[in-house]
This record gives sequence, C-alpha cells and structure tokens, in this order.
Amino acid sequence: MSAGRFGEFGGQYVPETLMNAVHELEEAYEHYKNDPEFIKELDQLEREYAGRPSLLYYAEKMTKDLGGAKIYLKREDLNHTGSHKINNVLGQVLLAKKMGKTRVIAETGAGQHGVATATAAALMGMECEIFMGKEDTIRQALNVFRMELLGAKVHAVESGTQTLKDAVNEAMREWTNRVDDTLYVLGSVMGPHPFPTIVRDFQSVIGKEIKQQILEKEGKLPDAVVACVGGGSNAMGTFYEFIPDKEVQLIGCEAAGLGVDNPKNAATIANGSLGIFHGMKSLFCQNEYGQIAPVYSISAGLDYPGIGPEHAMLHETKRAEYVPVTDEEAVAAFEYLSRTEGIIPAIESAHAIAHVMKIAKTMTSDQIIVCTVSGRGDKDVAAIARYRGVELYE
Amino acid sequence: MSRIAKAFENKKAFIAFVTGGDPTLDTTEKLLYAMEDAGADLIEIGIPFSDPIAEGPVIQEANERALAAGCTTDRLFDTVKKARERVTVPLVYLTYANAIFKYGSEKFMQRCVECGIDGIIVPDVPYEEKEEFSGVCESYGIDLITMVAPTSNDRIKMIAKDAKGFVYCVSSMGVTGVRQEITTDISSIVKLVKEVTDTPVAIGFGIATPEQAEKMAAVSDGAIVGSAIVKLVAKHGKEAPRFVAEYVKSMKEAVKRAEK
Repeated sequence: MSAGRFGEFGGQYVPETLMNAVHELEEAYEHYKNDPEFIKELDQLEREYAGRPSLLYYAEKMTKDLGGAKIYLKREDLNHTGSHKINNVLGQVLLAKKMGKTRVIAETGAGQHGVATATAAALMGMECEIFMGKEDTIRQALNVFRMELLGAKVHAVESGTQTLKDAVNEAMREWTNRVDDTLYVLGSVMGPHPFPTIVRDFQSVIGKEIKQQILEKEGKLPDAVVACVGGGSNAMGTFYEFIPDKEVQLIGCEAAGLGVDNPKNAATIANGSLGIFHGMKSLFCQNEYGQIAPVYSISAGLDYPGIGPEHAMLHETKRAEYVPVTDEEAVAAFEYLSRTEGIIPAIESAHAIAHVMKIAKTMTSDQIIVCTVSGRGDKDVAAIARYRGVELYE
Repeated sequence: MSRIAKAFENKKAFIAFVTGGDPTLDTTEKLLYAMEDAGADLIEIGIPFSDPIAEGPVIQEANERALAAGCTTDRLFDTVKKARERVTVPLVYLTYANAIFKYGSEKFMQRCVECGIDGIIVPDVPYEEKEEFSGVCESYGIDLITMVAPTSNDRIKMIAKDAKGFVYCVSSMGVTGVRQEITTDISSIVKLVKEVTDTPVAIGFGIATPEQAEKMAAVSDGAIVGSAIVKLVAKHGKEAPRFVAEYVKSMKEAVKRAEK
C-alpha cells in the first residue's frame, strides 16, 4: 500500500503525470520541516505578517446568554486575509519557493484560500493562478476582485457543478499540464499524500495555541473543541494537538444545507460512503455507481462532497464526532454571534457556532468549549441579506 | 495468446476510444461495429464518470452527455455484452478508480469477463496504488493496463516491468485532447520500456491527424485516438458511426504506413 495512509484512508490516487511531482513535494517537505532556517522564516511570517498568535477570546455575553458551559472563541478571523487559510498558505508558498518553483496554482471555494494564496504569492514574488467554480465567483464576487487586486489570475470553472469540487478538478488538470515550475497549493487536508499531512501540520498551530492559551487562562484543558468541516483544514488544525488528550471531545460540524434528508446538503459523514476521488480514499457523497454527488450548502467553503482522510479515520475510530448543521441554523448563528458578541463570523464558521449554541446549555458552568472561528463574515454579508429576502448585491 | 496480444501481433495497432453512452448506448453499440469494420485493432470504451480529472474538455463533455442521457455502468455492461456477440477485437474499459471501487471491484471484474472486456485503464491509479485492483484483475484474467508519462523518468522501468496487456504511453503533459504538436521525446521513453518488457507500447493523448498517428506508430507499437473521435460523435450525434468509420479507416491506413 502507498504512503500517506490514515488507517485505510488516504493514499495517492493521481495520474502518473503527477507522481514525480507529489514525490518531489514529499521529499522537500520532509527536508524543510526540520530545517531550522525554514522553521524560523515561517515563524516570523506567521507572527510579523499574519498576526499570530490569534486571540483566544472569552465570549462572556454568549456564555451568560446560553447559560451553560464557558465558551471561548479561537479568533482565526483576525488573521491577515481574514481566515485560517493563511497558516497553510504561508507554509506551502514558502516551501514552493525553497523548491525553486516560480508559480503557484490553487482551488478555492468561498475564495478565502484563493485570497490567502494570492496574498502569499504577492508577498513572495510568485506567479499565481486561482481556479474557482463559476457559481462561486458569483456568490463571492468580491473575493474574485480581491484576488485580482493581489495580482492573481482567476479562472471561473464552468464544468460540472461549477463549485469547489470542479475547481479542484481543474487545478489538478492544470498541474498535470505544468509541474516543472508550478506547485499546486492545496487548501485543505485532502487530496493525494502528502497534502493531508502538510496542510494539517501547517494548520496545527491553531490547536497548539489553543492549548497554551486555555491553560494560561483556565489552568485546564477544554471539555470540547468545535470547528466546521468542509475538507476539514481548520478542524484538523484545531483537533490535532488534542487527539492524545482523550478527555477533550472533538466535534466537527458539517454543512447539512437544507437538511440531511434533503438531497441539497453537503454532509459527507452523515451521508457519504467509502470511495476514491481527488487523490484519496475517503468518504464521499456519491451514488451507487460512484458518481460524485452535486452537493449543496449556503457556504461555498463547505460545499464539498468529500472529507479529508484523517477526519474519516477520526470518525471511524470514534475519536471525533461529526454533526450536521443546516443552512438555517448556520444563518441564525451568524446573526446571533454578530448581535451578541459583535463578531461577524464567516458563514462556514457559523456552522460551528450553531452547534455550540445547541450543546453549551446542556453543559455545566465549570465546563469549557473552545470554538474556532475560522474566518470573518464580511464576504458573506450580501449573501445572508439575500437569504433573508433583502435584495443586496455587492 | 490473449486478444490484446493478438491485436499487436506482427503489426502496429490502431486503438480507437469512445465514451460509452454518448449520445446514447445504441449509438455506442453501432460505433463499436463501425470502428471494428473500419480497421480498429483495439477499442477503448470510456465508462462515463462525473469528474474525469485526466480528460480535456472534449471528453469531459462526452462524459456529461452520457450521464445526462442515463448511461450507467450496468447499462453499459449490457450494451457491451450484446456487441460482443459480433465484435472480435479486444475491448478495454477506461474509467476512474471510484467507478470500479464503488461498484465493487470483484463484481466489476466478474461482469467484465461475462461481457468480454479484456482490460481496464484507470488513469487515477498510478503504480503505487495498483494493488487496489491488480489482485482481482489477475484472478479474473483482466489486464490492468498501466500508463507512463513524459514526467515518469526513473519510474518508467519500474512501471513497464510489471506491465500487462500494453503500456499506455502518454505523449504529452496535461489532459486528453487534440494537440497541434507533440514535443515529448517519445522514442527514448519507448526505448526504456523496451529494455525491460516485451509488452507492446501504444501512444496516446493529442493524436488527431493521420500524420501524427503515422509518426507515433513509427516509434512504437500503436497509436491511441480519443478526443478526435469523440469530437465527431459530438458533432454528428446518432449519425456519427459513418463519419467515425471513415475517420478510423484513414487513421488505420496511416498506422499501417508506419509498419514499413
């Protein structure tokens, strides 16, 4: 069996044309992750450029209002570019540069990973092209212009469902076209090995900081950590440090769209089955013939028919729990956090907030929940207005 | 001798590809007859998949058309089974890992045997992952055909050493589709393959004109053409078989010229 397995999940299911490229990346990563110079440079970028460490904020009003567990928010929304995506991108683009690449390509759903990649490319002087489903370029028009402003070329992908999965297809196709000078900067803990490991490692800074911060503030570990899951990068970054701490519950929140029983959802753990797609063996929403399902969520960032292989393993081994959250619940949480704490979360992150709202009151006041706010919600304001019947366009 | 080996015996092979169920399964059946009659030595049939990541726009659209028209793996098996009563050339399926995996690889190979499929090509299963299907392929006598690419370099010998059926040599970087020019140094790739195996080598990706087919067949054991045929199907729909037959005939002649 190939490298990069999490139990039976993972692997390297890519065309032969890409095999030397993924091997080259794996070798480079294995080398640089232990290289003191690389570690120092990345650490400096994270602190001086991205604004790390991000705050761990005690949401006192929310805690009192819900009347149960003490709620802390990990503020990834305060990072430069407005989401956790920058953590991974700074690492991968720096790695690309060390590898002698001059061009990076990436897929994007909501546009956050695309914006982060375009930002890092601008900073490090790399050529940058972003693939984004046409449907998403409409939902997230502002982010398209933002990427262009940063000097990236944005391709609107018109094949298939014109969303995140099609953007990944197209980015992979483009990578097979040009591997010599190009690195595919994958945005989530998915795809062929070594991406799920690389992205997890670069994102694990979230959980490491949470642990240190909560021990400083509370002198003990949280009872639960909660994060939203599409491919699963902010959730894996949040969870990873806590996997050995069995007393800490790990909860991932999937996008259930109009409901898990409605065909319009993107809840992979709830509805998916084992398959092989986008370079990995994992769980996917698909039909009996293995055709990948056209999934749906109000959140472009969670609108993906699969889940990263390490999440599939955490689910199978029951180390983590995955729960579905509907559009309606997410929008209500989006509004609730805005009003209650003055924090407008990304609609993706609002899925995690919605679940916190459900469980906090079932817990006691000496218990602690940490919820990762993976991104800020400015990009979603117009879409939420439209969801509520206000004809607002960017 | 297997049907695939026979297709390359004492000649250069012309290999034709068509997407199953595009625009209808009935057309696919007629295309199989037409292509065989026109001289195709081996036929690849694509099982349509929702997300064919190794395909360019032409075959992507064919996959979408076939799925929209209701083609399923089971229906395509039925069509192939029927066509097999008449078709004698080797038939090879091209599809993606998930179509086989989700169907159940054991059940899939069983049906391949029933329907007279000789081999499978799975572009998203590289050498390192071939164990996913190689065991079950072997027990049912289905050749799992491997690919080598312009980037394979030091991997070529490793891949070719275990090759079954034929070695599918990818002519160019990128995805399937018609190309003006093929710039890869194909002959040195073929040479490396030949150092370790007697399994024939056929070249695909980007071949559309008789001149290209002749050139590619001259340095290998055969030429594979997909997008150019699928384009004719897209243009002529149910009327495609006679246009495809005419095209296959000209391509077969070109490949024959390379035998000299």
